[in-house]
Amino acid sequence: MPNSETRERTASVSPPVSPPGELAIRPAVQADMRAVRALDGRITGLDKPDYWREMYRRYGGQDGRYFLVAEGEGKSIAGFVIGEIRAWEFGSPPSGWVFAIGVDPDGRLNKVGTKLFADICRLLKAAGVETVRTMLGRDDELNMTFFRSQGMMGGPFIQLEKDLS
Amino acid sequence: MVRLQKATQCALYAVLELARDPGRQISAADIAEKFDLSANHLAKVLQGLTRARLVESVRGVGGGYRFIGNPKRVTLFEVIYLFEDIGSADDRSDGGDTQIAWALSRVTAEIEDIAVSTLKSITLATLLNVMVKRDNGISQAAAD
Repeated sequence: MPNSETRERTASVSPPVSPPGELAIRPAVQADMRAVRALDGRITGLDKPDYWREMYRRYGGQDGRYFLVAEGEGKSIAGFVIGEIRAWEFGSPPSGWVFAIGVDPDGRLNKVGTKLFADICRLLKAAGVETVRTMLGRDDELNMTFFRSQGMMGGPFIQLEKDLS
Repeated sequence: MVRLQKATQCALYAVLELARDPGRQISAADIAEKFDLSANHLAKVLQGLTRARLVESVRGVGGGYRFIGNPKRVTLFEVIYLFEDIGSADDRSDGGDTQIAWALSRVTAEIEDIAVSTLKSITLATLLNVMVKRDNGISQAAAD
């Protein structure tokens, strides 16, 4: 069962954003973490308990940080999205960042990702930012195609890296 | 600046025009006229698109071409790849086995990687949606 205290705290910061129905988008609560972790494990093939514990601690119900889940029929978790507002990195005005999204592979093409992305964008916009960004691997065609289909395009920043070994 | 060959441009115009309404048949002459393309050039391109199973020709009265792919699955890369030498392995031919040639090839490879991943991520449906949104924006502005 969800921890009622946690649910209350989360709801006060970031109220449910979609009406209940076949698919409800709402802020994640502690009790969702097992399902979210399992879903991520199915998608990535990696079980990351510490990572998800930390993600919830940092992004669940925090101001300017958004951790949403899509709840399907039977209260099952069909997907999740995580983002936050970042400001003044290399001169960039405050902007939204979406840095994690996952959809149950069996539920793809049911607009789960689209609804999650639309809701986090709505929350980010309500918080006052005008741009949402993300960063992906060049070969991550699945997510790249998804974000493109949502209207995202190449932005003014470029990611660089250096091999330190 | 990315420069696409004439054939690639013809292919993109034809595929996107046909994919706007997959059920519709359009003659090569109509496509050529709309986009100011050489009819002969377009005919060859349409043959290539037919072989790639992206379009099919429909014979008889009212015949022409129609799109038979899935707009949500076919990416710009799949169309462009038919006509351009893009996304192939290291094709460095000049400069020999020198450090300068190696260093330059790393830069050109980076540019090509970015171009390929961009083209692979944009489906025909996504591009057509951009067009629809632009049209809606223009209509809204006119109404205002």
